[in-house]
Amino acid sequence: MLMLPERIKVLDVGIAGTLESSDITIQIEKNEGKGIELELKSTVANQFGKQIKKVIIETLLELGVENALVLANDKGALDCTIRARVRTAVSRAAHQNCFPWEVK
Amino acid sequence: MGRLRRSMLYVPGNNPGMIRDAHIYGSDAIMFDLEDSVSLNEKDAARLLVYEALRTCDFGRTEVVVRVNGLHTPYGRADFEAMVRAMPDAIRLPKTETPEDVMEADQLITQIEKENGIELGTIKLMAAVESALGVINAYKIAKASSRLIGIAIGAEDFVTDLKTTRSPDGIELLAARSQILFAARAAGIDALDTVFSDVNDEEGFIREVRLIKQLGFDGKSLINPRQINILHHIYAPTEEEIQKSIRVIEAAKEAEKRGTGVISMDGKMVDKPIIERAYRVLELADAVYRESMEEVWQ
Repeated sequence: MLMLPERIKVLDVGIAGTLESSDITIQIEKNEGKGIELELKSTVANQFGKQIKKVIIETLLELGVENALVLANDKGALDCTIRARVRTAVSRAAHQNCFPWEVK
Repeated sequence: MGRLRRSMLYVPGNNPGMIRDAHIYGSDAIMFDLEDSVSLNEKDAARLLVYEALRTCDFGRTEVVVRVNGLHTPYGRADFEAMVRAMPDAIRLPKTETPEDVMEADQLITQIEKENGIELGTIKLMAAVESALGVINAYKIAKASSRLIGIAIGAEDFVTDLKTTRSPDGIELLAARSQILFAARAAGIDALDTVFSDVNDEEGFIREVRLIKQLGFDGKSLINPRQINILHHIYAPTEEEIQKSIRVIEAAKEAEKRGTGVISMDGKMVDKPIIERAYRVLELADAVYRESMEEVWQ
């Protein structure tokens, strides 16, 4: 696997999203040197659990986050909502904007 | 006839469920709001959510508008950067007071379109006027950019600026509404009315829609899907109006054949402006009919 340099460092706890229907709450914490650990709770876990995890991990990798403890509480969010909430949580945890065009 | 803009449904920009469902209620436009319905500490979250939704979801034939934060706020620039890239049909500029506000937004959009290889002029603009200064400058605002498709009045901020409140008959808004309408018509763009905030006051809503239709507005912003059908019903030409328009046009064609300009129908004079209005009624009826047919397959 191609290892990219760590581009975004989680400095703090970052939370985004709500517990309303169709939303997902994402909490991101430091996890230095231990890679990405993801804990998911979802109202649709049986059918979509794998897909939700895939979207979260892919978004983190796109952003260049390599070490983070991620807690996710899903209430049936679409993939686009999951991506938006992960980016927001990372922005808040890393104290920098994580728009797609700002992260090269 | 241009695009129908009778109804524009407000959608809070940080609510994923509402963003996903808003277009199914059949309004002519939906407006994702990044401004007043989003709290200051959620501006970043709403911006990303609307950005991702616009790039992912298919909103069918519904016109998609985003109300951004003004460029004088700490959030405005980032909103433009995100939204131009996400390509809604239009960006609505809040609290517009001068033509320079519009020009500044136009230039920023142009710059972002260029940087991203988007055809220049793709993203349209709507300007919302929400202060006495904005109303006084309405015509200059309406002419400030070729991207402008409409000018709107935002009543809540406006009445606060006037040091008054909103009343059931809306007397305090009459001068401003008229000014906005003159500006829109003189500039050849749409005139859009403000929201009616009390969802439970259906009678009041009906009264207000009748008033703004009579004044000449193209449509109105809405805060609840329940208001959409009521408004569309009031804006639809009646069977009687349609039949009368057909007769006016037939009589006019007949008169043209005979070489007479002014004609009489049912004892009333029919001349050019009346014939023009008759055509407009039929165009509107046709547009409404097509909309309702196509909605099924949206």
